[in-house]
Amino acid sequence: MPLLRASFMMLQFLVELDIVKELFKVFSSKLFDSLLKDETLKMTFSGESSQFIRINNAKIRQAGYVDDADVELTLIFNNRTCSRSFTYTNNPDNNLKTALSILTEMRDEITQLPVDPYIVDPIISNSTEDIRHCSLLNEEQVVDALLPVMQNVDLVGIWASGRAFRGAANSLGLNHWFEADSFTLDYSLVTPQHQMVKGTFSGEDWDQNKYEEFLSASKNKLELLNKKPVKIKPGSYRVWFEPAAVSDFIGMFSWNGVGEASIQQGCSGFSKMRNNSEILSPKFTLKEDFSSGMVPRFNSEGEIAPETMTLIDRGKLQNTLVSSRTAAEYGVESNMAENGEFLRSPKMQSGSLSEVDILPSIDNGLFISNIHYLNWSDNPSGRITGLTRYACFHVERGEVVAPIETMRFDDTFYRFFGTELEAVGKKVNIIPDVSTYYRRSLEVMKCPGILVNSFALTL
Amino acid sequence: MIDLHSKLSAIDVPVDWVGLREVSETTTARMIRDGNPVLNDSSNSHGIMVEVLKNGQFAYYGTKDLTSRGVSIAAAKAAKLAEIGAPYAIYRFDQGARPAHTGNYQSPFDKSRGSVSAGEINELLLKSNRALKISDKIISATSLCVVIESDHHFVSSNESDISQDFFLLEFDLRATAQDGNNMQTRTFGGMRGNCFQMGMEYFDEFEVMACATRIGEQALELLTADECPDETTDLVIASDQMMLQIHESVGHAIEVDRILGDERNYAGWSFVNLKDFGSLKYGSPLMNITFDPTVSNEFASYGYDDSGLKAEKHHLIKDGTLMRGLGGMESQIRSGVPGVANFRASSWNRAPIDRMGNINLEPGDSSFNDIIESVEHGIYMESNRSWSIDDYRNKFQFGCEYAKLIENGKFTKTLRNPNYRGISSSFWNNLKRVGDSSTFQVYGTPNCGKGEPNQVIRVGHASPACLFHDVAIFGGA
Repeated sequence: MPLLRASFMMLQFLVELDIVKELFKVFSSKLFDSLLKDETLKMTFSGESSQFIRINNAKIRQAGYVDDADVELTLIFNNRTCSRSFTYTNNPDNNLKTALSILTEMRDEITQLPVDPYIVDPIISNSTEDIRHCSLLNEEQVVDALLPVMQNVDLVGIWASGRAFRGAANSLGLNHWFEADSFTLDYSLVTPQHQMVKGTFSGEDWDQNKYEEFLSASKNKLELLNKKPVKIKPGSYRVWFEPAAVSDFIGMFSWNGVGEASIQQGCSGFSKMRNNSEILSPKFTLKEDFSSGMVPRFNSEGEIAPETMTLIDRGKLQNTLVSSRTAAEYGVESNMAENGEFLRSPKMQSGSLSEVDILPSIDNGLFISNIHYLNWSDNPSGRITGLTRYACFHVERGEVVAPIETMRFDDTFYRFFGTELEAVGKKVNIIPDVSTYYRRSLEVMKCPGILVNSFALTL
Repeated sequence: MIDLHSKLSAIDVPVDWVGLREVSETTTARMIRDGNPVLNDSSNSHGIMVEVLKNGQFAYYGTKDLTSRGVSIAAAKAAKLAEIGAPYAIYRFDQGARPAHTGNYQSPFDKSRGSVSAGEINELLLKSNRALKISDKIISATSLCVVIESDHHFVSSNESDISQDFFLLEFDLRATAQDGNNMQTRTFGGMRGNCFQMGMEYFDEFEVMACATRIGEQALELLTADECPDETTDLVIASDQMMLQIHESVGHAIEVDRILGDERNYAGWSFVNLKDFGSLKYGSPLMNITFDPTVSNEFASYGYDDSGLKAEKHHLIKDGTLMRGLGGMESQIRSGVPGVANFRASSWNRAPIDRMGNINLEPGDSSFNDIIESVEHGIYMESNRSWSIDDYRNKFQFGCEYAKLIENGKFTKTLRNPNYRGISSSFWNNLKRVGDSSTFQVYGTPNCGKGEPNQVIRVGHASPACLFHDVAIFGGA
């Protein structure tokens, strides 16, 4: 009993200091100690302490905070497995009590389940820790820092700021921890004619001057949109895609694309590359690249991905993303991909086309800044449909003529990253994933723009 | 669930209104793929959304700290944020945006989750998985069951007290057939469309096995089917694709928060303007769209929205004319447009926004045979597999899993890779026949994304089969 009391006091002390990592270590250690013979347990932690301010017309639409975390437990016993997750509260005793109760439920359930021949057993490897505490904007100063600069322009978007946590541990002693502060202001500026410019100001340490300069640059882009939009006809066009648009195309590879399981299960556009009936352009190279350290390298199994891994090398498929479960099931080698086999830190290699040469190189065609609502229209053929969005322009003789009205496209990546890829931009942009489904994403993509000789607009 | 009233009483912060919305949701997902278990997972999320109104500005704090102290700290932080945000408020609200109601809602079900064991569910999924794999050409087969138990309790300083307990099911079967680079997938209703408020009584083994066999057979059939032709012709759409058609080209387009511009940075705007309500000819006179939270077993039936507004059935589009928007109390106050009880949040950690609930197309008077026999030349399509629409909800393109050629009023052959595209209003004005109640089927989706911060919410769609004229149809690459 005295030991328990001491432990409780220590946990209370840690709660007050908000040392989430230390609390998780104590929690996981106690849970691992409770395991019975022949049981193994894997555990992940995911949480955030975030401020969100939603803005419409440079006014506050909604504002608030979210303090959330959950722990997932995966029990393995007798070639069977099941998992449970629960909300990890600020009360250490309750967390442990909940987890022990869940463990009892899992023991009851696991004996009823079929044998799973492809269980990924816990691994033993070096533990890692990456903690980045930065100078974020003070929560109570956010409104005065952000809003005044936005006045006199129709700005709509979302401010998201705070600390994010990821952890992975297992009963063999593995313990990874990632903790990072970051902010994003993802916004659109809108003209009275409903033309829009997109911007994302993101970082780790707040710099008011940089913010004001960034927003000012976005406002300047609005001038390009003063002309009346032109309606263009469906057909084939020469197109320059800005890096943000290219990142949306590459993002599609995470969904029935570059994952080994999706190829094996017949739902990937990469199958044609796998069986060598198609290749992409020699100008197209794509890697998973964790070298910036902005994204945790460990996955939910606690495995560490290679710092860099080439997926497509000058148009040829070199590697797919292979999780350890997929590796076991299909007899291939794991490269420590996350279980969903999605891109976590992709980087497309830059090319030689400098910014000043973009418009002259388009000559007659389109300059597309952003695209919207992509989906596979014919997945096995690599065909993607979607729409133009934001600042997209008609270009004639190397000069911007006017914005264009929204157009639908429907074309295959075997053309726009393959036969029709004419040039790749020299400059690579860092594009943070600003999505906040369930929690703030930590993923980041790096890519250049591309010049495509022929691209199909359909409606 | 905790004693929410005591937490509310413990809040000592000078605000104009405060509400607490507790959500405890447990999702149990089980999946068999290719004869092996790949998912036996249960996740519980439990927390409180603390929302305050001060100086006309709402602010919130979604907290996992369920103690009185934790809730009080959350209220204080939200109050401070409301105070500093108020000078920039988009609208100065009062308590009218949070109407006081008391009541309860309970999903209809006979058998609880515990009435069928984990082992029994796995066994049923295994059997259905074997039934899907009717040939070696079926290279992957998946059987999925998701059970959601979601308990909500809302109390407020103006004496709202609402308890709602939901029991929801999602069930999907999927078979992928492959022959070289030709890969065809057939599912149960398309993109997880098979979802309801219903208990474990849903799992009738005989019916599940019959569905699995049909899905496997149709995946195989698609391998040798002709490619869907490129032409402009008549299109008959089955209920499980009408669901998506309604969702994308009607539901989202008439969300009032979109029309007010809140979503312009993410989900987009709308071709509909505030002045259109009461006058816009959205579709043909056969088009009657309702917001109906009262349909038994439909996925998004509920008693009250997350502002506390009582949910009732309303016509959104009556005889083709746009009458009412999908706007909760805040949007109704901001816009002056009549709305519905659709101010909904995905969980305790998100603030409510305008969402779809059950958005249905009311039945007409044509039997399925009448519809097919009326078509001289056209295509019939089932089950969504691809969806995309522009940020104004105008230019859409949808793909389906399975199609039939219709010639002289009869199905003549199966077609693969069917797609169609159009522009929302002109498409709906070409609605020529609406199926009767015998063709009316209930579907839904668990994955409707919207909002900043992003939220996924469950919506229901029920519809009869319908005939549209002059639709641009095309096949695969």
